[in-house]
Amino acid sequence: MSRLALVLLAVVAALFIASLTVGPADTGVLADLGALLFGGDGPLPMVMREIRLPRALLGVMIGASLGLAGAAMQGYLRNPLAEPGLIGVSGSAALGAVLAIHTGLAAASALALPLAALAGAGTGVLLVLLLAGPRGASITLILAGIAISSLAAALTSLVLNLSPNPYAASEIVFWMMGSLADRSMTHVWLALPLMVLGWLALATLGRGLDALTLGEDAAAAMGIRLRALRLTLVFGTACVVGAATAVAGAIGFVGLVVPHLLRPLTGAQPSRLLWASALGGAAMVLAADLATRLILPERDLKLGVLTALVGAPLFLHLIYKTRADMA
Amino acid sequence: MRILHLIALCLTLGGIAGTALADPAPRRVVSINLCTDQLAMMLADPGQLVSVSDLATDPHSSAMAEAARAYPVNHGRAEEVYLLDPDLVLAGAYTARATVEMLRGVGIEVVQFAPANSLDDTRDRLAKMARVLGQEARGTALIAAFDARLEALSRTGANRPRAAIYHPNGYTLGSGTLSDDILQAAGFLNLAREMGLQGGGTVPLERLVMAAPDLLISGTPLPGASRSEAVLEHPALETLRATRAGLRITSPSWICGTPHALDAVDRLVQTRQRMTEVRE
Repeated sequence: MSRLALVLLAVVAALFIASLTVGPADTGVLADLGALLFGGDGPLPMVMREIRLPRALLGVMIGASLGLAGAAMQGYLRNPLAEPGLIGVSGSAALGAVLAIHTGLAAASALALPLAALAGAGTGVLLVLLLAGPRGASITLILAGIAISSLAAALTSLVLNLSPNPYAASEIVFWMMGSLADRSMTHVWLALPLMVLGWLALATLGRGLDALTLGEDAAAAMGIRLRALRLTLVFGTACVVGAATAVAGAIGFVGLVVPHLLRPLTGAQPSRLLWASALGGAAMVLAADLATRLILPERDLKLGVLTALVGAPLFLHLIYKTRADMA
Repeated sequence: MRILHLIALCLTLGGIAGTALADPAPRRVVSINLCTDQLAMMLADPGQLVSVSDLATDPHSSAMAEAARAYPVNHGRAEEVYLLDPDLVLAGAYTARATVEMLRGVGIEVVQFAPANSLDDTRDRLAKMARVLGQEARGTALIAAFDARLEALSRTGANRPRAAIYHPNGYTLGSGTLSDDILQAAGFLNLAREMGLQGGGTVPLERLVMAAPDLLISGTPLPGASRSEAVLEHPALETLRATRAGLRITSPSWICGTPHALDAVDRLVQTRQRMTEVRE
């Protein structure tokens, strides 16, 4: 277990440094890190501290959030297909964020954007849990997810199309696919408080999710209060997914791929999968964001495109494996 | 279907007859492109231009929004243009292709104008519009005034500061664009051209910050919020603005190759003079 933690930490650290040192302004690695830590003259410290650092930090924060949320939802529903992006939680969060921006609330108060995204994400999770039921049968889960994400996407497009701003309509793709381009420390501070709250909430779920693997009755007999567990899950997921989506758009599949890959390495124990998925998610989003900068640096390739290219085949594979259960 | 064919045939025949009988100057001209709207408003006789596009009245895009309010607007749709019964339609070379094809299909003469990519092109478009509208005398006068004003404006000094255009989403304009030519005429070096950009494209924020241009040009915010424009408030750009000269422009005089492009040159020349004074 500790070996897995060390390996994952090392991978995240390496990708974090790579994220700091890869960019269109081609400067040396040592010059970059020196400018970041010690400042100095010229524009390089500004580039490092105001452009690359927030991007790398957001990569870690958002990746950890999505990985954690995916692992927690899958643990609660005991279904490997549950993922915030696929079942419409990210889409609902994006709708909340877009509403806050285009009604002018976000301009009136800095807190309005993350809180609106939180409300959107919370509505999304609640709807999915209500529709899919406590056992989270695959068919109802997926159907509920399709309905919620389609509706959220349609309403997001509607709001953006109605905006008087000529740029708004072209931003539909940002909200659907997500990107970390040109984010600043402002966005880090905007997302961090809510994310920390969500991380703390989801981290308390470990024992309950472990017990739940034995079934609801057994878990209840072990003193797990399922209602409290569910509320914590909804609150934590809404916090982390809402904050992540408010600053970077909806990024799908991270919460699906990472828990799936790490589950065998954690002995399929939900409590261990939680922290492992947080680290794995950070690594995946950092890697995807690096790839957007290396493959097509001048095109602002969207993060969600890359995560979907990795995630969708895996999703199909999982559906194939669980189709007997779904039939 | 057959009835439609018949109608199309009648329209085509009518169109051919119309062209054959028409005198050189068209009498009912409809423009469906922002730039041809403005050129036509400057050159047409009263009553000759019967409609301009809706964009012509939008103050965020059109340098002649006030003047355009005097005309009925169209939205560039073939049906409404046809119902205006024009003997000449003015269109852009790359926009509304389906509309242009359809109008030509029913026998209406359409003249297309390629976008002006330089101030020289602007002179050329003015001459073409004057010819098409049969207003050569007015055209010659307008071109002479354009040349005189450009001549007066472009007495540039030896000092050529570096300017960067940074629009929402990091969009900028390199060589072979009207914006580049406007910068050149006003005595600035275009950073995007230095970076080897041809035509329009994006420049990453960090390359802009590293290049530290002397003048940062960005658009004034448009109504409604957008994430694309929010990037213009990035702290790194704010710091750059604090140490460098900044200019907030409105796009109308930068979009079209019309004499209004010289308003953009004029503002830039004034900015350059202020920058030189500050330095001295």
